[in-house]
Amino acid sequence: MAAKKTTTKKRPEYTLMDKHTKAIVFGYQQRAIQRMLDFDYICRREEPSVVAIVNPTREGTHKCFWGTKEILLPMYRTLAEATKHHKEADFMVNFASFRSAYPTTKEALETNTIRTVAVIAEGVPEHRTKELIRIANNKNKWIIGPATVGGIAAGGFRIGNTAGQLDNIVASKLHRQGSVAYVSKSGGLSNELNNIIAMNTDGVYEGVAIGGDAYPGSTFIQHMMRYEKNPDVKMMVLLGEVGGTDEYEVVEAIKKKKITKPVVAWCIGTCSKVFPAEVQFGHAGARAGADRETADAKNKALKEAGAAIPKSFDDFDEQIKKTFDKLVKSGKHKPIPDVEPPIIPVDYAVALKQGMIRRPTQFNSSISDDRGEELRYCGIPISKIFEDDYGLGGVIGLLWFKKKLPKWATKFIEMVVLVTADHGPAVSGAHNSIVAARAGKDIISSLVSGLLTIGPRFGGAVQGSADHFTKFLYAGEKPAFMVKDMKNKNINIQGIGHRIKSVTNPDVRVEIMKNYALKHFPNTETLDYALAVEKLTTSKRNNLILNVDGCIGVLCCDMLRGIGYTREQVREFVDLGILNAFFVLGRSIGFMGHIMDQKRLNERLYRHPWDDILYLMPDKPEVVK
Amino acid sequence: MAQRGIREYDGKKMLAKNWSDYFSTDFKYPGKIVLVDPTTKLDDLPKKYPWLNKEKLVVKPDQLFGKRGKHGLIKANATFPEAKNWIKERMNKETTVGKVTDKLTHFLIEPYVTHDKEFYVAIKSNRQGDTIYVSNHGGVEIESVWDTVAEIQIPVDQDIDKITIEKHLPKDTPKDKQKMFASFIKGLFKFYKDLGYAYLEINPFVVSGNNIVPLDLVARLDDTAHFESGTKWGDISFPAPFGRKLSKEEQYIKMMDEKSGASLKLTVLNSKGRVWTMVAGGGGSVIYTDTIVDLGYREELANYGEYSGNPSTDETYEYARTVLDLMTREKDPKGRPKFLLIGGGIANFTDVAKTFTGITMALRDYKKKLKDTNVKIFVRRGGPNYQEGLRIMRELGKELGIPIEVYGPETHMTRIVNMALEGN
Repeated sequence: MAAKKTTTKKRPEYTLMDKHTKAIVFGYQQRAIQRMLDFDYICRREEPSVVAIVNPTREGTHKCFWGTKEILLPMYRTLAEATKHHKEADFMVNFASFRSAYPTTKEALETNTIRTVAVIAEGVPEHRTKELIRIANNKNKWIIGPATVGGIAAGGFRIGNTAGQLDNIVASKLHRQGSVAYVSKSGGLSNELNNIIAMNTDGVYEGVAIGGDAYPGSTFIQHMMRYEKNPDVKMMVLLGEVGGTDEYEVVEAIKKKKITKPVVAWCIGTCSKVFPAEVQFGHAGARAGADRETADAKNKALKEAGAAIPKSFDDFDEQIKKTFDKLVKSGKHKPIPDVEPPIIPVDYAVALKQGMIRRPTQFNSSISDDRGEELRYCGIPISKIFEDDYGLGGVIGLLWFKKKLPKWATKFIEMVVLVTADHGPAVSGAHNSIVAARAGKDIISSLVSGLLTIGPRFGGAVQGSADHFTKFLYAGEKPAFMVKDMKNKNINIQGIGHRIKSVTNPDVRVEIMKNYALKHFPNTETLDYALAVEKLTTSKRNNLILNVDGCIGVLCCDMLRGIGYTREQVREFVDLGILNAFFVLGRSIGFMGHIMDQKRLNERLYRHPWDDILYLMPDKPEVVK
Repeated sequence: MAQRGIREYDGKKMLAKNWSDYFSTDFKYPGKIVLVDPTTKLDDLPKKYPWLNKEKLVVKPDQLFGKRGKHGLIKANATFPEAKNWIKERMNKETTVGKVTDKLTHFLIEPYVTHDKEFYVAIKSNRQGDTIYVSNHGGVEIESVWDTVAEIQIPVDQDIDKITIEKHLPKDTPKDKQKMFASFIKGLFKFYKDLGYAYLEINPFVVSGNNIVPLDLVARLDDTAHFESGTKWGDISFPAPFGRKLSKEEQYIKMMDEKSGASLKLTVLNSKGRVWTMVAGGGGSVIYTDTIVDLGYREELANYGEYSGNPSTDETYEYARTVLDLMTREKDPKGRPKFLLIGGGIANFTDVAKTFTGITMALRDYKKKLKDTNVKIFVRRGGPNYQEGLRIMRELGKELGIPIEVYGPETHMTRIVNMALEGN
């Protein structure tokens, strides 16, 4: 949505926020922004109240809802840019942290366009707030907060998260203007005030929570003087607090008739007198030093000045009602009628939670779950994985097979990883990784460059042997048939044959794996079959032995059988490439070793020597006619 | 998070540590000072601080209360063995100061400085800036000589170097000290501002040769300034005020509070009281407590309790158990019912039903004890999903056979206080 450059008509001095207010939100508070826009929507505002977002880490746009439609809000990295493009914004809702609340608020106060800054952060150093107050006073600007939820102009503008959920807002009639304005120290109680005022009068006109700090950016009296000047405000409610003396400014103003509209007031913390020693209440400012700062003293002074004061908070509602009814009875005020709010669109997440809607999922996952308190692999919390010493094999069991594997199987998986981890720098995968690493590529690119060579010719024998042997074994064919059939088809049996090793010079890796399986596996049918085949092939040539790839291939199939899979299921695993998975897993260790080795050796770009290449270029191309 | 008192020791140590950054080299503060706590091995101290055996000493408790002289809690002009004995006699002993009683646990030892004149300086934060108070009549309660105090208001954006402090000193300031005091006050002011102090009072300080020595110092830091000034503060603590001895349960909740991102507060005022509160929200909890007191049930008020800031189910469970345990330990001697007020305002975005989960778990645990001690429960809460939360509570009452009355936002927040106590 393009930024509207319309200038809103000049508002009276006493209005800080209304249904024309345009705000910049500092800080990427997506939910608060949506809440502001939702409030706009139920107030039937013509245009969104948020015109731009300042997000120091990203610029661009932010997508959010405007009713049921989606709109884009511009997002800038700096406030300077946001204000340059959005001169119509005279309000900033500052969600900066306690660390950056000071510089960002200062910057906002020093702009030509922003008049009011609501500072949400709690924990802004007092001397910094005092500096901000000074700047605001000099420039005739306003600060609401720090340490506040903000405030609300009923039917017009909501600061951030003020007034809670939409259903509460509607229940408190905040979607349309009433005639009672309040100012409170506590933001947490503002919902309660909205509720009390809605139930006992024609509703809230505006409410501000000035925040719990010792030096709030604006004080009770400043807001009450605005309310006094505003003809739409018919009465005021003040909710003060133990600690500080700011309430006495209101006392003085009432006495001097600077405030003439009815005021209902109450200072909370009357219980402080029953506490033996200093008990810190929630707010930084809530601590009675001198007698004057006690809630009792303030309530008394307010009462003497002429404000309506309840006996306790318990009849605060009655006092408000009484005061309002008197206004109406005297004919000075005609209650503002209720307005039906538009239907509030329900957020998908909320509706889902309440069981109101459903939607088919587009993704299934059955091995792990990262939601909830702890990550789980196939139902096992990660802490348990370590407690019970699952190890690498155990975790592979959970994530690849969704099984808690017995020790013989997890140990075998780990053996496979160890045995396949590396085969020196000369094999094609390692070589590729090294060449890529030496070309200055990153570790992932170099690794992938090596992995991409794995296939029918390199490393693929693991997969191939599993495929070949199970195919004949499961079909019920004799080993002799397999040898003959493959010969007839002119296909080498994968996993058979070695360049150097032979019957008389066996491969130690094969011996280890084989012996382990024979000792520990419940079933070695594929190995037995392969060994029977080996017997036939080695009778033809000494080096046509079951090699390490073949051994791993067939043993993996036996392991799968041993952990409870049927032959059909084993074939499924073979077809989906599980043997390659084992090989890739193991060999990645070696590839990454080679890559880091090359980088640490500071090897330069590899260029294959000319004299190692037979150049066969013809003198001229064959001409195609 | 607010202005918080610090130990005299920490204030003086900070002054000594940062002295060269803020004060002219014409005068010095040697900063000889030792803090003794219950773990200090007194006999080992002179190895680290040889001056203890070479100079006469002053010893006094350092636990955020004043008027120590009046209460006989200053030992002056003492040798180290004398000081040691004096501390040993008092360490971990209950002592009454004014109206409060607590254990003495922290003492500070400093050299005893002979002097003839005592001066007063204080700086206090206010909305417009800071006020400096100076008097040449320190060492006494300053209110009693208030007419000798000069006040200098320094506005927020005022550079103190552009003020001629000499002109603002009290008229009776000795001529030979004017320059020194003006320079000291400027330095102290910059120190105060830079380090995020909200209040700093030295009453008195004395001049001894080239040294300016603060004899007694009271200070409050704005603890929110930690991220700006923490390195200059050094490793300091904010001790609980004297007299705030925590019971085992209060200690437990305090520990949870410190560990948690949420806020959990518990103060037991009268464990025999019949009215217990467990209220969500800082403001709300104060209002409930207020109302109990204001309706005239001060004697029956058992505790002040608050949970807020979205505590976890575990945390509310533990919190509720602690309160329930305290309130069901014994029956009311007159056989009257006890009341548990599970109150709160209208939550902004906290799921009310969820926060009740921990509480209902605890109520189930204490079913028998709640019945035995004749507890009646009143609930009032609003906010997201409150209908579900209230339903859970209502069902729980039926399930446990305990009277639980349940109200939502349509009922005035504190009306349940009235209902419970006045039967209205």
